[in-house]
Amino acid sequence: MPAPAAVAAWPAAAIRSAVFLACLAPLLWLALQLLRGDLGADPVARLTHETGIWALRLLLLSLAMTPLRRLTGSPWPLRLRRMIGLFAFAYAAAHLLVYVALDLQAYWPQLLEDIVRRPFITVGAAALALLLPLALTSTRAMQRRLGRRWRTLHRLVYPAAVLACLHFLWLVKADWREPAIHLGIALLLLALRLPPLARAITRRGTQT
Amino acid sequence: MPRYRFPQPAASEITPEPVWRERRRLLAGLGGLAALPLLPACRQPEAVPPPAGNPLSIVRQTDTTGGEALTRFADVTGYNNFYEFGTGKDDPARHAHTLRPRPWSVEVAGAADRTGRFDLEDVLAPHPLEERIYRLRCVEGWSMVIPWIGFPLADLLRRFEPTSQARFVAFRTLLDPERMPGQRRRILDWPYVEALTIDEAMHPLAFIATGVYGQELPNQNGAPLRLVVPWKYGFKSIKSIVRIEFLAEQPLTSWERSAPHEYGFYANVNPEVDHPRWSQRSERRIAGSGTSVFAERIPTRLFNGYAEQVGALYTGLDLRRFY
Ligand code: HEM
Repeated sequence: MPAPAAVAAWPAAAIRSAVFLACLAPLLWLALQLLRGDLGADPVARLTHETGIWALRLLLLSLAMTPLRRLTGSPWPLRLRRMIGLFAFAYAAAHLLVYVALDLQAYWPQLLEDIVRRPFITVGAAALALLLPLALTSTRAMQRRLGRRWRTLHRLVYPAAVLACLHFLWLVKADWREPAIHLGIALLLLALRLPPLARAITRRGTQT
Repeated sequence: MPRYRFPQPAASEITPEPVWRERRRLLAGLGGLAALPLLPACRQPEAVPPPAGNPLSIVRQTDTTGGEALTRFADVTGYNNFYEFGTGKDDPARHAHTLRPRPWSVEVAGAADRTGRFDLEDVLAPHPLEERIYRLRCVEGWSMVIPWIGFPLADLLRRFEPTSQARFVAFRTLLDPERMPGQRRRILDWPYVEALTIDEAMHPLAFIATGVYGQELPNQNGAPLRLVVPWKYGFKSIKSIVRIEFLAEQPLTSWERSAPHEYGFYANVNPEVDHPRWSQRSERRIAGSGTSVFAERIPTRLFNGYAEQVGALYTGLDLRRFY
């Protein structure tokens, strides 16, 4: 018979693994389609779009964790927040890598010109630049070392999310519905952090 | 009038041998070019399904690309920008079955002696069909090589006897949210409108396509008839045309109306003039047997490689200002 501690630990590990796999699934699915030559007529565009959209979705999901914690009082959202945020960064990094290595290829010096001249790339790059220090300081050790400054630093995720939505909004040709929905969700998640709203949604007895 | 010359291949684009062999095999299969008055239209090695209707017969084949690899049938018919059926690239192939391209009619109006409404059959009847292999360059930075079937736009327009007032020709796509469900949302100011100057429209490269890959146009490619203007960005090549109007003044086209700083009236392919969101210097070519993620980006050429043929249309025009 397993020790009581192990019984308690099992669901925690299972939840973590399940969320880990769920976050990884889109990437595995893309890799599978890539190997099978199944990415459609313009596979590079497909990879750019899928990695971009998953970066944004996971970023918004990570932003949903704090409000979710307040709403439910469960400790789980906060335990999963870092993993989801790191996955968002990983997808964003893959997104940039696809753009530079597979799309621009020999034209890669154009990236700098794109960042300067094309507003949608400028804000995308700004979003990624804001996410980078967050990913680098995501370890427990860094969290301890930075102390209170860690929380301040990690508020950079708010502008990063808004910039990522603007990036999306700016790149569509005419159909603004999808980026507008993402921007709406981002703004809602940020609004839920305003003290009156944060208080209103907090379940009684929840420590925040 | 000087004899019209089709493009000559640059040394860099001499057909790779496997492609050339494949072409030779195809031509041999056709039993020789010149001898036959009617050729069965281009057949491709790669999985081109048999035509749904009658196979189209052609009198002539012209490859304007100098042997560049063709885009697969599946990609030509499965990766489309046709917002009337949705904004995703695979939406048109999935949703365009609602179009019903027959019966169809085309209204001709404006500065011409023969105007009115014409049944599709009467529009098409006098024109022998030919195959033209053209490059197609999308403003989004990808391109294809497509064997269209159809006839020169000029031959069609002349039948309506445009007057000396006619300096522009405007085209309009069907407006019918029942048959084009994408029109239920106002993504663009429907119906889609495009236009050319009369000189552009009369240029021998400007083409009306009624088919592709030896068969009638699938709905998602703009059935039953569409424009193909290979030296301009793809959005100029308007699909499913219901109206042609000869005008004295330059009309406002759909994309100009939607985003005037991004899309101009001319929309000539030009690597030197960037779109605000995309550099136009190079392109991803969707061609060959399955596009690889490692397929090489290729440089974009002025007028999509048709500068020799159409350059004279624009002498004296500031291509940066008139983009
Ligand atoms: C240097 C950084 C970045 C570059 C160069 C870049 C570049 C691009 C490019 C070229 C596209 C496709 C545009 C098109 O098809 O016209 C794109 C789409 C997109 N990117 Fe980025 N991006 C960057 C950062 C980011 C970041 C940090 C995020 C989100 C966290 C993001 C999210 C997206 C989304 C959601 C799309 C649209 C996907 C779709 O259409 O479904 N990007 N990006």
